Amino acid sequence: MSGNAGAPTALTRWTGNLLLQAAVFCIFISGWEGAVRFFGIPKIVLPPPSQIAVAMWESVRSGDLQWHLAVTMYEIMAGFVIGAVGGLVLGFIIALSPLMERIFYPYVIAFQTIPKVAIAPIIVIWFGYGVASKIVITATIAFFPLLANTIMGLRAAPYDQVEMMVSYTATRWQVFRMVRLLQALPYIFVGLDVAIVLSVIGAIVGEFVGAKAGLGYLILQKNFNFDMAGTFAILIILSVIGVGLHAVIVVAQRRIVFWMDTTGDRVTGA
Amino acid sequence: MPSLRASILPLPSATVAAHGDGTCLVRIAALQKTYKTKDGNVIEALKDINLDVRASEFIGIVGPSGCGKTTLLKILAGILDRSAGEVVMAGESLDGPSRELGVVFQAPVLLPWRTVLQNVMVPVEVQKRDRAVFEKRARHLLAMAGLSGFEGKYPSELSGGMQQRVGICRALVHDPSFLLMDEPFGALDAMTRETMNGELQRIWSESRKTILLVTHSIAEAVYLADRVVVMTPRPGRIVDVVTVDLPRPRTLAMQNTPEFGRFVAAIRRHFHSEGSLDT
Repeated sequence: MSGNAGAPTALTRWTGNLLLQAAVFCIFISGWEGAVRFFGIPKIVLPPPSQIAVAMWESVRSGDLQWHLAVTMYEIMAGFVIGAVGGLVLGFIIALSPLMERIFYPYVIAFQTIPKVAIAPIIVIWFGYGVASKIVITATIAFFPLLANTIMGLRAAPYDQVEMMVSYTATRWQVFRMVRLLQALPYIFVGLDVAIVLSVIGAIVGEFVGAKAGLGYLILQKNFNFDMAGTFAILIILSVIGVGLHAVIVVAQRRIVFWMDTTGDRVTGA
Repeated sequence: MPSLRASILPLPSATVAAHGDGTCLVRIAALQKTYKTKDGNVIEALKDINLDVRASEFIGIVGPSGCGKTTLLKILAGILDRSAGEVVMAGESLDGPSRELGVVFQAPVLLPWRTVLQNVMVPVEVQKRDRAVFEKRARHLLAMAGLSGFEGKYPSELSGGMQQRVGICRALVHDPSFLLMDEPFGALDAMTRETMNGELQRIWSESRKTILLVTHSIAEAVYLADRVVVMTPRPGRIVDVVTVDLPRPRTLAMQNTPEFGRFVAAIRRHFHSEGSLDT
């Protein structure tokens, strides 16, 4: 493997980067803590990191956080899966049939131009205050990135590869199975990555409009009570969810689309 | 302009019956290929191409860029339609790609998610041939090409020259009787190119396949071919067919002999007279 020679240096560089990042993080947190205390900033404007940590610990101990986290994660995952599968299926249909493209694509584009946040209230009225409406909102947001990338990906096969296959008497189906499908994978993963991050936003927006549980609902509650430390604690949880889900997609992508070698990121991905 | 339109319509194809002569593998008669550009101009990529290729013959095709040599090769490979004329291959009118054909392209065109061996096996998989039998053959071909031990590597781990050799193994794996090669060594350095030319001559003399090699290099064509087809552009047509009767096997040293030089000069003369020197 060509990467073997460079691996030790990449690893040392990676550890070095990690140390640097940790140092920057510590300086940032202590600077924040110090500034809040020194300037006497009221905690309903900006809570110090220590209070955020305490707020987070209390939510965990009361079991509050776990429950709302579970609800939101369920909405994110269910909405993501439904939207992504829908986008993939319609993407395949449109990419493979020019007739279907003429019939469906104008509506898809028209639908995409509507901000999903704007239709969230309608969806809550249609599907209620429970998880169903959040799943629907998340699904409508996760749908388009998969649709667009699947269509693009299935058309991305280089012409010379198709020509090569045809010259060896490959049928349309063989060209699709042996070339087009695999050429589409990198695009589909870009779609999945965008969709999973948007799904977090979708679930929270849904909960903001009207909900009985979930992290978005919890943020609104804490805000009403001027519990800024608690709000910040949830924001941190949300960003951890986003980064974590993104990382899952990236790791899966490196495993499955292994031939698209993104050098440099290799070590962090393993 | 009705008169102009009429001339672009395909002419009623004059069916050329396959000769009783069994040695003629491919017969190309009055072949034409015209393209229409967006502004309505008609480009004659190939005009009145006539050529008989005998079985086991090594044909070189030389000509400057734009003379239609790649177009001719793609028509023979069945991946491009002809506008008029007839191509008869092994007694049958050409109608799409054939299982009896191996094609080597200018670029290796390997599939990056397949290992070297899996890439070589593409024609076997596509044509649903016996995998066990042909995998043996694929491994043998790779060994012959100096790629033993690379069967499980991916194309990105190989040099350009090695990738091109994989492409050649792929064209040979299903043991086709007719090999079409489109400037297969164009991207290689001079040293590798000479080695590959020697290898190609050896493969040809051992297997007696019919080979049609498109090349930029007059010397390469003279070195390898029984006959060199000389083409010129605008419109793409054959201006000469030079029979190279140098003894076989040919050696690199032969390239410095006056006989060799005479063949090269006889071919180059056409490009000077046509005013195109970009070979």
